[in-house]
Amino acid sequence: MSNDTHHDENFIQKYIFSVDHKTIGLQYGITSLAFLLFGFILMMIMRYQLAYPEQVIPIVGNWLFSESGGVMLPENYNTLGAMHGTIMIFLGVVPLAVGAFGNYLVPLQIGAPDMAFPKLNAASYWSYFVGGVIMIASFFTPEGAARSGWTSYPPLSIFESGQTMWLLSMIFLITSSLLGSMNIIVTIVQLRAPGLTWFRLPFFIWAQLVTSFLLVLAFPPLESAAILQLMDRLAGTSFFLPSGLVYAGSTVDAYGSGSPLLWQHLFWFLAHPEVYVLILPAIGIVGEIIANNTRKPLWGYKSLIYAISFLGFMSFIVWAHHMFLTGMGQSMSAFFQLTTMIISIPSVVVLTAFFLSLWGGSIRFNTPMLFALSFLPMFGIGGLTGLPLGVAASDIFLHDTYYVIGHFHYVVAPGTLFALFAGIYYWFPKITGKSMNETLGKLHFWPSFIFMNGIFMPMFIQGLAGLSRRMYDGGQQYAHASDVLQWNEFMTISAFCLGASQIPFILNLILSLNGKHTGERNPWNSTTIEWAAPSPPLPHVNFDSDIEVNHGPYEYSVPGKENDYTPQTSS
Amino acid sequence: MSNIQYILEERPDTGLNNSKLGIWIFIASEIMLFGGLFSAYVFLRLAAPEGDFDYWGSKLNVPMATFNTLLLITSSVTMVMSWASLKMQKFDKYKIYLGITILCGIGFLAVKYFEYTGKFHHGIYPSSSTFMGIYFTLTGLHVIHIIGGLLVLGYFWSSQADSMWKENQELLANRIEITGLYWHFVDLVWIFLFPLLYLL
Repeated sequence: MSNDTHHDENFIQKYIFSVDHKTIGLQYGITSLAFLLFGFILMMIMRYQLAYPEQVIPIVGNWLFSESGGVMLPENYNTLGAMHGTIMIFLGVVPLAVGAFGNYLVPLQIGAPDMAFPKLNAASYWSYFVGGVIMIASFFTPEGAARSGWTSYPPLSIFESGQTMWLLSMIFLITSSLLGSMNIIVTIVQLRAPGLTWFRLPFFIWAQLVTSFLLVLAFPPLESAAILQLMDRLAGTSFFLPSGLVYAGSTVDAYGSGSPLLWQHLFWFLAHPEVYVLILPAIGIVGEIIANNTRKPLWGYKSLIYAISFLGFMSFIVWAHHMFLTGMGQSMSAFFQLTTMIISIPSVVVLTAFFLSLWGGSIRFNTPMLFALSFLPMFGIGGLTGLPLGVAASDIFLHDTYYVIGHFHYVVAPGTLFALFAGIYYWFPKITGKSMNETLGKLHFWPSFIFMNGIFMPMFIQGLAGLSRRMYDGGQQYAHASDVLQWNEFMTISAFCLGASQIPFILNLILSLNGKHTGERNPWNSTTIEWAAPSPPLPHVNFDSDIEVNHGPYEYSVPGKENDYTPQTSS
Repeated sequence: MSNIQYILEERPDTGLNNSKLGIWIFIASEIMLFGGLFSAYVFLRLAAPEGDFDYWGSKLNVPMATFNTLLLITSSVTMVMSWASLKMQKFDKYKIYLGITILCGIGFLAVKYFEYTGKFHHGIYPSSSTFMGIYFTLTGLHVIHIIGGLLVLGYFWSSQADSMWKENQELLANRIEITGLYWHFVDLVWIFLFPLLYLL
């Protein structure tokens, strides 16, 4: 790799339509953090409504729900719910985990100058951007935004307003993730530095590789499903409409003989692998940070790789465990119960390996490590509460309750999101050449940790008591749930406190960006290749010397060595 | 960007260059896209009333589709010939073969146009039946893929190709090979669509 001279780039080429993977990664990061905040605000409005139903929503109520005098109507609640889910998953967490972290770190960790296809990379970001703009724009159309849930189940989604924009936006988002993940696969396979064999790759790279395969293979069926639903909405076909369907008191005028189950199969064929798309990059980040801060090799590195590869494969044959309630048949349920129980094994392997990595380490409790450590029990709770949902008999009781909401939020919010925070704190010095404030970091971590649990732990109690998860008034009409309704206020207060706990984080980002530029290359004394690059890495070429890899990814505390870490690039 | 490796030469341990691996992964995702729709076809056919798909399927024009199949197969052959010509340094022949490929593609679209409008004349629309819905969706998506392919082929037939040929022959040959892989895939999708929709 040579430091060849590049022609001078103007502002637009450098910061807007850049083809440099680092700029694109940062664009992804900033955009997705903004969407995360937006989705969070939607959730806060919903939570206020659940705790204080039928009351005027403060501050934003008169502006958002002016027709009803500031009170949220059921259809408003449905819109908020659908858009919260869609934005958090498709515009927030996945672009942050794969778009931002994948783009920024994959070339650096494999010693490559850039992604294999820089222009496709830029196209991927801009496709995501357009998809996001369409999704946000749908709030301002006369029809309003989608209100059929993030799952968009027909027949409701065929008739409800706002869905067309949702589908169009999804087609852009799917294109974006396809281009991005194709790029990541080719980059990892082709552009590894000399000496970087498959079993010298950092675990994060393996996680990104499996994630990208899931995205490439699982997203297209959702695209076909979206096309079919668009046809149903716009061309009058009836792929998802059974014969003789009655909607709003009259028989639907359509050919019929379609099946709503078809949508659910196509949707969950994507959306179950999607769960692992959310979790695998997080696992990768946690692995890096745990190895670095225990000063020990990652325990069971190869087992971890085999486990996540098996996980990726299995994730394609468990999708119908989301559909036990649909009456698809006992033999189907039996099959998908079995595969679901099997897929929990690799997840347990991953968690066990991480816990064993801690054993006997001299742990540094810095902010990234705190977030990474808290990922373990949080993801553990999320995973273990999933087991009763994987068994049809118990799932039938729990499926439409808050228990499910609690379960998957434990996986994604204190699970994935905490890992992503850990990653931001951990790689910030590499990205900027500056360091983040530890005190503010801990002020961010501890309240976030407490209030996350304050929101989601009571959901298990409410769910086990049978509180339905789709009630716009928080379930007031249900006598059997009256004993657990008092939790609603507690959870809402926790949610607002969680929002306030993000202030130290935002403050920390701003203050640290204005802080002193040290340009320190390897502040954490880490082994992987990205720390051999200057901080920040050089535009378009990343490294200022030729990269040759002579060591495995986690050679920490090797006996007889002078330092307790041996960088992969050292001779 | 200039120092990204393996754009043209193959990486020794994988035996691939970047664009070839990229297009294969892209094709894998395309298989899943069409696979989703083919599965939907199976699902809908099983759910449909007895004989419903047969009845509506008999309204399709088999001779026209057979002709289209021949057109696409021819275009695939000439696609390979154009790439082979480039490899044998015969740029003039490359242009002729690629031109034939493009003409076949346009011919396919023309036949498809008459098929579609013929259906509309008889009052048959996607909403007429589930079979017609999936027929228009599958063939429509395929037509979009043909149009996309033709745009790329047109670009490589235009004067752009002349200057690329002067600058970097290997690069042009590589791009034609990659484009060809995509074109063959689109052709192959039709080979599955034709019996599924017209003959079954």
